[in-house]
Amino acid sequence: MSIGDAFLWLAGGILPLAFIAFFFTRNRMQNREIAGLGVFSRPGYYGWLSVIYMASPAIGVAMLFSLVHALHWYDTPLPMLVTASLAAAALGLAASLRYINPDNNARLVVEKWARGLMIFAAAISVMTTIGILLSVLFESIRFFQSVPLWEFITGTRWEADTAFLAGAGRGGEGAAKPHFGAVPIFAGTFMITAIAMLVAIPVGLFSAIYLSEYARPKVRAAVKPMLEVLAGIPTVVYGFFAAITISPLIVKAAEAFGLQADYTNALAPGLVMGVMIIPFISSLSEDVIHAVPQTMRDGSLAMGVGKAETIRHVVLPAALPGIIAASLLAVSRAIGETMIVVMAAGLRPNLTANPLEGVTTVTVKIVESLTGDQQFDSLLTLSAFALGLILLFITLVLNVISALVVYRFKKQYALT
Amino acid sequence: MKARYEIDPRRLKRRYRAEKRFHAYGILAIALATAFITFFFYDVLSKGIPAFKTVQVQVEADYSQAVADGNYRKAVSRDMRHMASRGWMRTVPMQLRNNPEMIGTKETLWVPAEFRVNQYIKGNEGHGLKPKYQSIADDLYKQGIIRIAFNWHFFTRGDSKLPEIAGVGASLLGSIVVMLITMTLAVPIGVITAVYLEEFASDNWITRTIEVNINNLAAIPSILFGLLGLAIFINFFGVPRSSALAGGMTLALMTLPIIIISTRAALRSVPNSIREGAFGVGASGLQVVWHHVLPLALPGILTGSIIGLAQALGETAPLLIVGMMAFIPEAPTSIFQAATVLPAQIYTWSSDSIRAFGELTAAGVIVLLTIMLMLNGLAIWLRHRTSRTW
Repeated sequence: MSIGDAFLWLAGGILPLAFIAFFFTRNRMQNREIAGLGVFSRPGYYGWLSVIYMASPAIGVAMLFSLVHALHWYDTPLPMLVTASLAAAALGLAASLRYINPDNNARLVVEKWARGLMIFAAAISVMTTIGILLSVLFESIRFFQSVPLWEFITGTRWEADTAFLAGAGRGGEGAAKPHFGAVPIFAGTFMITAIAMLVAIPVGLFSAIYLSEYARPKVRAAVKPMLEVLAGIPTVVYGFFAAITISPLIVKAAEAFGLQADYTNALAPGLVMGVMIIPFISSLSEDVIHAVPQTMRDGSLAMGVGKAETIRHVVLPAALPGIIAASLLAVSRAIGETMIVVMAAGLRPNLTANPLEGVTTVTVKIVESLTGDQQFDSLLTLSAFALGLILLFITLVLNVISALVVYRFKKQYALT
Repeated sequence: MKARYEIDPRRLKRRYRAEKRFHAYGILAIALATAFITFFFYDVLSKGIPAFKTVQVQVEADYSQAVADGNYRKAVSRDMRHMASRGWMRTVPMQLRNNPEMIGTKETLWVPAEFRVNQYIKGNEGHGLKPKYQSIADDLYKQGIIRIAFNWHFFTRGDSKLPEIAGVGASLLGSIVVMLITMTLAVPIGVITAVYLEEFASDNWITRTIEVNINNLAAIPSILFGLLGLAIFINFFGVPRSSALAGGMTLALMTLPIIIISTRAALRSVPNSIREGAFGVGASGLQVVWHHVLPLALPGILTGSIIGLAQALGETAPLLIVGMMAFIPEAPTSIFQAATVLPAQIYTWSSDSIRAFGELTAAGVIVLLTIMLMLNGLAIWLRHRTSRTW
C-alpha cells in the first residue's frame, strides 16, 4: 500500500462517514423540532457536532501514527494506520449517536472548534515562515561545518566542480579541494540588480508622476491596465524573451560598436528584469504621490511655482520615503528573481564590472545545484541552502527597512 | 509703484522649458513601457505562431510482419524515410502488436514530417536539412504529398525528444492538476485565516505578529518556497519528488499570502451595519460571518483567488527546485506521480539545442499568456460586475 492508496482510503472512508454523521444527527434534531419538542441549538449545529465527534479521533489517530513514523520511533505499516483511523472514526460516530442529545449546547461547542480551526489556519502562515527559516538554516549549518562562513562570504573563488564529483560518488583522494567563495556570485547578483534598477526606477517613477499629476482620467484608465499587463507576464516568459530576443540583439549592438559581448551577458536579464519591475515601482510610487496632501501642491502653486517645479521641490521630497521604500522592495524582488537570470544569465561565477560579460547570480546557483542528479547531502547541494539563507536574510532586511520607512511616512501625514 | 523684482525673460523661458521637459519625461516613460509591450508581443507572436502549423507528409504505411517485429523503419518506403517523423514510425510496431489483424495491410495516411523537413517547408532559418533532401521535399510539396496543416497535436501530445511530435498536452494537464491541489489547499486556509484576523482576533501581539508575518511572506522570493518544499515536504515528509502533490503544496504556501490579503480587503469592504444588524437579532459571531459577511465578501474573495491562481500558474522557480522540470512525456494519472507544468515545459524546451524547439517554446509561451490573460480578464470582469457601493 503506497502513501497515495492510504490517502485515498482515508479520504474515501472519512468523507462519507462525515456526510452520514452530519445528515443523520441533523435530521434527528430537525424531526424533534418539527414535532414541537425543544432543541437547545439549531439542528445544523448538532450535525456539525456529530462530524467533530467522528472526525477528530480519526484525524488524531492518523496524526499520532504519522508523528511516530516521522520521528522513527516505530515503522507503522500503512494498512494499520488506515484501519486504526477508520476504527476511531466508527467509534466516534457511535459515540455521537449515543451522547449527542437535544439538551447539549451544540452551538457553543461547534463555535469553539471553529475558533480552534481558525487559529490553526492562521498558524500555518507562521509555520511557513518558520519552515523556510529552519529548512535553509539547518542545511546551511551543515554546510558551514565544512566551509567556514568567512571563506564563503569573502572568498573570490567558486569552484564547486569537485564537490559535484564527490556528490556523484567519484571524488577520489587526489581530487582538488572545492572552493566556495561566493563574492563573484554576489557581485553578479548586484550587477544585474543594479541594471534592473537603472531601468525600473526612472521609468517607473516618471510613469507614476505622469499618471498621478498630468494624465487625464481617460489616459490614466488606458495606461494603468497596460502597466498591469507587464506585472502579469510570467517570469519564465520574460526569461525566454531575454534569452532568445534581447541577448542576441545586445551581442549585435555591441559588435556594431566594436565590442565583444557574451550571449549570457548581464545586460539582457538586467534590462528585462527592469521592465518587469516597472509596474511594481510605478504603482507603489503612485500610491505615495497620491497620499501627499493636495494643500501642499496648492500652496506651492499659489506662490507662482510651476507645476513641474512643484512636483520636483514639493511633492517628490514629501513622497521620498515612500519612493525609497518602493525601490527597496523592488531591489529585494530583483535579487530574488529567478527565472529570468536562470534562462538568460551565465552559469560561471565571474568577478567583473563589464555588463557585456556573463555573470551568475545567487538564484542561478541555487537552481543549478539543486536540479542535478546529486545526493542530497553533497556539499554542492548544501551550498544552495547557504546561498538561500543569504538571500532570505537580504530580502528580510530590505523588507523590514522599507516597512519601517513606510510606517514613518504614514505617521508623518497621519494616514493610518 | 515700482516692482522690486524684475522678471528676467530668459530665466522665465528656461523655467518654461524645464516644465515642458519634465512633462515630456513622463510621456517618454509611458512610451517606453508601451514600446516594450508592443515589441514583446510582436516578437513572441511572430516566433510562436508558426508552431501552430505543422507539416505533414502523406505516406503509404506498410504494416508488414517485419514492422510488427520492431523494424519500424520498414513501415514506409525507402524514399519517405527521411521525410516522415521517426517519432510516428516508432509507434507503429506497438500499434500492430495491439491490433494483430492490421498486419499485412497497407494504409495511406498523413503523418507528421521529420522536424528538419518541417522547418525547411515553413522556410525557417537553420532548418538543417541536407541539400539532396531539400529538392525532394520541394518536389513533394509541389505534388501535394507534403502539406501544411493546423497542429492539433500540439495541444494533445506530451513532451518528446523529437520536436515535430512534442506538445503541451501533458504539461497543460499537469498544470490543471497542480492548480487544483494548490487551490483546494490555499483558498480554504487563506479565507479562514483572513476571517480570523479580520473578524475574530483581538488586537494583541500574537495577531500583530501574524499580520507582519503574512506581509513578509508575500515579499519572500518564490525560490525560497522551493527550498522549503524540497527540505520539508520531500525530504522530511517523504512526498515523492517531481510529483504534482509536492508542487501543489509548495505553490499553495506561496499563494496563501495573496489570498489572505485580498480576502481581508474584501471583508473590510463589507459595512459594519451588516454585522451590527445580525448581532442585533441575536446571531452569534460565527453566524454573523457565515450567514452575512462572507456571502457579501464572496465576489472579492473570488477575484483575489483568481489573481492568486494566475500567479501560481505562471510560477516556475519553486517547481524547478521540487523537481518538476525533468523530461516527463506523460500526463500524471495520480497526484503522487511525476508531472510537469506548462511554465516548466517552456523552460525545458527553451534550453534544448534543436532549433525547432525554439518555435515550440514561443508557442507554449503564447498558450500560457492566453490562459493568464483570460484569468486576469475574468478577475477584472468579476470585479467590475459585482462591484457595489454601500
